[in-house]
Amino acid sequence: MDWTLLTVQLLNGLQLGILLFLLASGLTLIFGIMDFVNLAHGSLYMVGAFFCATLTQWLDSFWLGLLLALPATAVVGILVELVVVRHLYERDHLDHVLATFGLILVFDTLTQMIWGPDGQVIPLPAWLDGQVSLGGAIEVPTYRVAIILTGLAVAFGLFILVTRTRLGMQIRAGASNRKMVSALGVNIGLLFSIVFVIGAVLAGLAGMMIAPITEASIGMGNQIIIVAFVVIVIGGIGSIKGAFIAAILVGLIDTMGRSYLDALFKMFMSAQNAETSAPAVSAMLIYILMAVILAVRPSGLFGPRGH
Amino acid sequence: MKSLTVRGWVTLGVLVALALLPVFVSVTGREFFLVLATRLVILAIAAVSLNLILGYGRMISFGHAAYLGIGAYAVGIPAYYEIYNGFIQIGIAIGVSVAFAFLTGLVCLRTRGVNFIMITMAFSMMVFFAFVSIEEYGGDDGLVIEVRSEFGRWLNLENDTVLYYVCFVSLLGVLYLIRRIVHSRFGMVIQGARGNEGRMQSLGFDTFRYRLVCYVIAGALCGYAGALLGNFTSFISPEMMDWTRSGELIFMVVLGGTSSLFGPVLGAGLFILLEEILSGFWLYWQLIFGIFLILVVLFAKGGIDSWLGRNPER
Repeated sequence: MDWTLLTVQLLNGLQLGILLFLLASGLTLIFGIMDFVNLAHGSLYMVGAFFCATLTQWLDSFWLGLLLALPATAVVGILVELVVVRHLYERDHLDHVLATFGLILVFDTLTQMIWGPDGQVIPLPAWLDGQVSLGGAIEVPTYRVAIILTGLAVAFGLFILVTRTRLGMQIRAGASNRKMVSALGVNIGLLFSIVFVIGAVLAGLAGMMIAPITEASIGMGNQIIIVAFVVIVIGGIGSIKGAFIAAILVGLIDTMGRSYLDALFKMFMSAQNAETSAPAVSAMLIYILMAVILAVRPSGLFGPRGH
Repeated sequence: MKSLTVRGWVTLGVLVALALLPVFVSVTGREFFLVLATRLVILAIAAVSLNLILGYGRMISFGHAAYLGIGAYAVGIPAYYEIYNGFIQIGIAIGVSVAFAFLTGLVCLRTRGVNFIMITMAFSMMVFFAFVSIEEYGGDDGLVIEVRSEFGRWLNLENDTVLYYVCFVSLLGVLYLIRRIVHSRFGMVIQGARGNEGRMQSLGFDTFRYRLVCYVIAGALCGYAGALLGNFTSFISPEMMDWTRSGELIFMVVLGGTSSLFGPVLGAGLFILLEEILSGFWLYWQLIFGIFLILVVLFAKGGIDSWLGRNPER
């Protein structure tokens, strides 16, 4: 067994899980509280990445770029909420889906108009660009470790926000009974806006962190958003804890499946069959996981019962 | 004779125009319109089939394009092994669609609301990624279908006009079928469960089974549309079942008007025409398209059907 490869793959899986959590936590909060389906969440992920790329190129500093791109993404989030999303809370899911699908077209095209069809590269500072030793001969890229640590810190901060602050209390109350919260005098409209913007910033942060590895490209959010949906369905809609556990689970299973499934298949079928079937099965793995979990618990691992 | 409403006249007008279109093309020689109309008619079949679950059953499936892909690959993969028999290909298209709809429906239909939307989407992406990773059938790059389905000597699909009429007659057939379904006892149960599922259950109906059958019928019809699409485009790739394609199908249905028989046909028509016209004069036409979509959702409830004087809350 190649331990270096295994460690690197575990870290990759963890990194994917962390990014998925950043996306899924915003989605699940928005669902939980506003019952709003936001397909355009992936667009904010893309917008964050492009903002960060341009600011990094202008200012010649990844840190400044990242720091300034966060409020810039928040502004986009506020605009989206104000212009489109706010008018849809009272509508049904079908309208949410369609309008935010329209938003995706708008965002993808605007990005193409502003930045052109090519991807944007984000250069990393030298000290993040190297390898870090994890004891013995095992070396892993520093930046991936940085992503994981940042993500864990954000997850911890979000956890504190939701469980230990007044805003968090309102968010949790809003998720379990919207009407009651607003009857108790909480400005539910403002609460919605705040949650939407928090979600937007988290999605933007995920985009900014992945962009130095994959570069910022048009439509980059449209694939990962589906996986984020799978995460919140598995975790249970509205549950931050569920989103975290499901995100790490999905990240690890997806990455491990892609690297080790063919070896596993070769144990009980011919090498040729394993090589043709393993990629297809590993691509389907997280969906199979989702189907199995839903078959047992239709509202996800930590979802509200009978919701 | 019963006098026709505005909607009735539009419906009749569109059908007559579609029926006579090849004549117009053969007189003017503009083959382009035949290509456009074939695409329109095929996507109209897909939209009409989606409307059966989305409009009449309120099952918002965001994965309907998967069936277009399944149908298209059911033509493409046999053709890859030089099996061109159309009866076999369409049999596979419908059979696999039924199986896929049944298996995923067993899971999807246990859930409601947002979960249902996302699970149908996830299952369609599962098919998408499966085809992307199968190198044998082109993977990402797709598959070229060099020979169209063969139905013996009396029906030659290689002739574009014949293919068009096959699609058009299929559309008429599907419309008739949906009309029969909607007005049957089965259709009434489906629509009753849309309004109040608990009440239907207490009347003794196993709504899960009814919904599942409805879901399978819609999948089978769309799989058939996919087989036509495979014949028409002659190039198929996983991209045709991307979730954004499913979004476009939903848009067609809503644009035309949900839970009306002919609405989705009008929606698909306007969608295809807009796409064709806008993409012709501006590189960034999707911007207008996206804004139009948002405006339709915000301000034009009920779609074309209600513009033509139909009360959306019948």
